[in-house]
Amino acid sequence: MLKYIGRRLVYMIITLFVIVTVTFFLMQAAPGGPFSGEKKLPPEIEANLNAHYGLDKPLFVQYVSYLKSVAMWDFGPSFKYKGQSVNDLISSGFPVSFTLGAEAILLALALGVLFGVIAALYHNKWQDYTVAILTIFGISVPSFIMAAVLQYVFSMKLGLFPVAGWDSWAYTFLPSIALASMPMAFIARLSRSSMIEVLNSDYIRTAKAKGLSRPAVTVRHAIRNALLPVVTYMGPMAAQVLTGSFIIETIFGIPGLGAHFVNSITNRDYTVIMGVTVFFSVILLLCVLIVDVLYGIIDPRIKLSKAKKGA
Amino acid sequence: MIRVTRLLEVKDLAISFKTYGGEVQAIRGVNFHLDKGETLAIVGESGSGKSVTSQAIMKLIPMPPGYFKRGEILFEGKDLVPLSEKEMQNVRGKEIGMIFQDPMTSLNPTMKVGKQITEVLFKHEKISKEAAKKRAVELLELVGIPMPEKRVNQFPHEFSGGMRQRVVIAMALAANPKLLIADEPTTALDVTIQAQILELMKDLQKKIDTSIIFITHDLGVVANVADRVAVMYAGQIVETGTVDEIFYDPRHPYTWGLLASMPTLESSGEEELTAIPGTPPDLTNPPKGDAFALRSSYAMKIDFEQEPPMFKVSDTHYVKSWLLHPDAPKVEPPEAVKAKMRKLANTFEKPVLVREVE
Repeated sequence: MLKYIGRRLVYMIITLFVIVTVTFFLMQAAPGGPFSGEKKLPPEIEANLNAHYGLDKPLFVQYVSYLKSVAMWDFGPSFKYKGQSVNDLISSGFPVSFTLGAEAILLALALGVLFGVIAALYHNKWQDYTVAILTIFGISVPSFIMAAVLQYVFSMKLGLFPVAGWDSWAYTFLPSIALASMPMAFIARLSRSSMIEVLNSDYIRTAKAKGLSRPAVTVRHAIRNALLPVVTYMGPMAAQVLTGSFIIETIFGIPGLGAHFVNSITNRDYTVIMGVTVFFSVILLLCVLIVDVLYGIIDPRIKLSKAKKGA
Repeated sequence: MIRVTRLLEVKDLAISFKTYGGEVQAIRGVNFHLDKGETLAIVGESGSGKSVTSQAIMKLIPMPPGYFKRGEILFEGKDLVPLSEKEMQNVRGKEIGMIFQDPMTSLNPTMKVGKQITEVLFKHEKISKEAAKKRAVELLELVGIPMPEKRVNQFPHEFSGGMRQRVVIAMALAANPKLLIADEPTTALDVTIQAQILELMKDLQKKIDTSIIFITHDLGVVANVADRVAVMYAGQIVETGTVDEIFYDPRHPYTWGLLASMPTLESSGEEELTAIPGTPPDLTNPPKGDAFALRSSYAMKIDFEQEPPMFKVSDTHYVKSWLLHPDAPKVEPPEAVKAKMRKLANTFEKPVLVREVE
């Protein structure tokens, strides 16, 4: 197991190297730069700035020096936020996004699986149809509409939660629901269909033939086997949600990481683009690794140590 | 007739399934019984209602779409049909154990084998964790699994097909059921493993004295394990008798067809096996008269008009065919069957018309 994880970490470093390289050159290939704005800077100042940040050097030299600093987990200074390094941006934004994301994931997972299982147990009955309608809403209503509706109902009309901001636990409630609604609906649909499949399988009939009650059959025999597709989906979903959503964080005025993904591009803030991309990749790769390890725990047929040839 | 202790008695059982195409009458008035310590084989083609019958006894038929149309399932004199789901849970596993066809899919892949066995014990007996674990090891040993102490902590995928079927048998026997229903337990296994599993089941029956209902379409298996045989066709039992009566003195043309299509050791490579022409009838609209008439070369006019009654050929041998009627012309069974026919001692002079199997 440890050997497997070790090997996977080596692959992760290779993957990251490729991501850094591709992103670096793609970013440089895009027209414009961090100091080209609407108001043209005098050429001397621009040259000075470029020299200060090392942007006057040949591309390859910039690339090598960037690789070196990334290897030390130093993403350099931001070009737009004066006096702040990219590391500062991430370490102030990520805990906020992570708290919100973790809450949303727990919510999505708990309710999603619950709804999915209920729908499967009452297949083609009113419970199933109710869940179907809810999940269609969850998937098709965009999160910004969801956010606005939640703000209107729960803060404006009922006054239960603050409209926006980031202070106490009460502030996390609405944004985490808005953030969770889509993944929750998705998980519900996934677990419903795989539950239906599992409930029709032979070993469920065997379990019934033992005289087990319906809850015992469902909990002990069905859910675990039905969870694999959900776990698969959880990997990329968790990475996305944990690193923050631009839309949700903007609407609720949350100082998370999400905004940097979008703003850094429009600003041509090279170091921030690179920084958040690498950071997101690390989180994504970690999530995928966790999912693979979870697979092995949930389904004993998946042997991690034998993955040598495949991986 | 002296009434021996009847463990199970199925009376006029009819089960239908509601589908978009209409009502499928999967079984249409089945009667049979099973005594203590006895093995009854139910044989028939796919779709004849064998599996539905066996699952009906456990009430494992998904309802809806299935439903009990009429009839009784008397287990130790108590009717199972009106029992609630909760009451049935105390019958399943404890009173009646069940073995399924495909051992590759009938075990939960994510649960240790030992836990799948002890689960039965925890449900039906007051037993401590250690005692249950010990019993699971004993059961694995009983069904001939080597190194049971180690195997009990393994997952199903670490077992071969034959070994898995042994585990399934151990599970079915865990709570010492009085009746064991084996629904084609050897069909998914290769021939050598089949023989081993059959040996095991015969052995176990001697050791723990349980009654067995053996569902199969393999007449070779029947001759090996059964005391009595019931031949099913289109949701009804068309002939029932002891093994000798079915193999050496069959009377129903469908039984003839089945026996004639079975190769024997004597058959040379040259002669072709006969097959029963046609396919079983659509049970959404069961045919009028004798369901087998369309495929039978012995069919008479009445076979298309009126359902045949039961004729009693001996105390244990019943046949549902007009051919046994005194007015019916005398017919000869196919050569392959005729070659093996024997006069059995207890056969009546003449078949007696009866209402139903007694």
